[in-house]
Amino acid sequence: MVKLLSRSPCADLLPCTVGTITMSEVLLDRVMSVAPFAGQAKPTSAALKDQIGLGLSAPGRAVSNRRARVVWAGQRMWLVAADVSLDGLAAVTDQSDAWAILRIEGEGVEDVLARLVPIDLRASTFKGGHTARTMLGHMSVGITRVGAQAFEFMAMRSMAATLVHDLQVAAENIAAR
Amino acid sequence: MRITCPNCGERDRREFYYQGDALALTRPAPDAGPHAWDDYLHNRDNPAGDTQDLWFHEAGCGAWIVVNRNTVTHAIDDTRLAATVKR
Repeated sequence: MVKLLSRSPCADLLPCTVGTITMSEVLLDRVMSVAPFAGQAKPTSAALKDQIGLGLSAPGRAVSNRRARVVWAGQRMWLVAADVSLDGLAAVTDQSDAWAILRIEGEGVEDVLARLVPIDLRASTFKGGHTARTMLGHMSVGITRVGAQAFEFMAMRSMAATLVHDLQVAAENIAAR
Repeated sequence: MRITCPNCGERDRREFYYQGDALALTRPAPDAGPHAWDDYLHNRDNPAGDTQDLWFHEAGCGAWIVVNRNTVTHAIDDTRLAATVKR
């Protein structure tokens, strides 16, 4: 039997520090996409609440507890970081290996992101627990604020190197000012 | 140009894909007859003034959005999720 080695999406790329900005990889054991069937959003939310203690979050919001997290990921779509069983309620797909998740933090992180992201990520409009699907350069990403000066980016695993590279270059340009 | 997505709020135009006239919302019945279907498939108005378009929030939440837009003033006066309009 072949013994396969598992490699994380950003294995050779992170962690990295540029000036005041630190980037590190976030590894989640399970990421399930949950898309409730028509009219089943409320029962799905109730079932999730039973199983992991969190219901479906509102559009643009992410919620978490010690066991799990639920991140709104688009029109009638959520990403749940936990094993869930929602037979008959929602379409559930295991996407555990599909996402590269990057945490970027440090003083001036909003200035770095302002170079790449077309939405206003300042704390006055994009608060703790806010999440957005938008773009980083030309790449589609999910962005969640996880701290006063910390954000998490989710991108397709195949785009991990671009994600790290774009953020790194922006951080270097800010640091050089 | 900025479009207000009902899910995401005001976003830049580059996040959206433009489909065209929102005629998919008025699809004729299967037995409506060849004239109705010919009209649905091929004939489009080209109004100067209020139009109803479908836009796709491609680089955002992935929702189809019905945008009421004025082609003369470029003003957008209403955006709704196509999913809620249809039902």
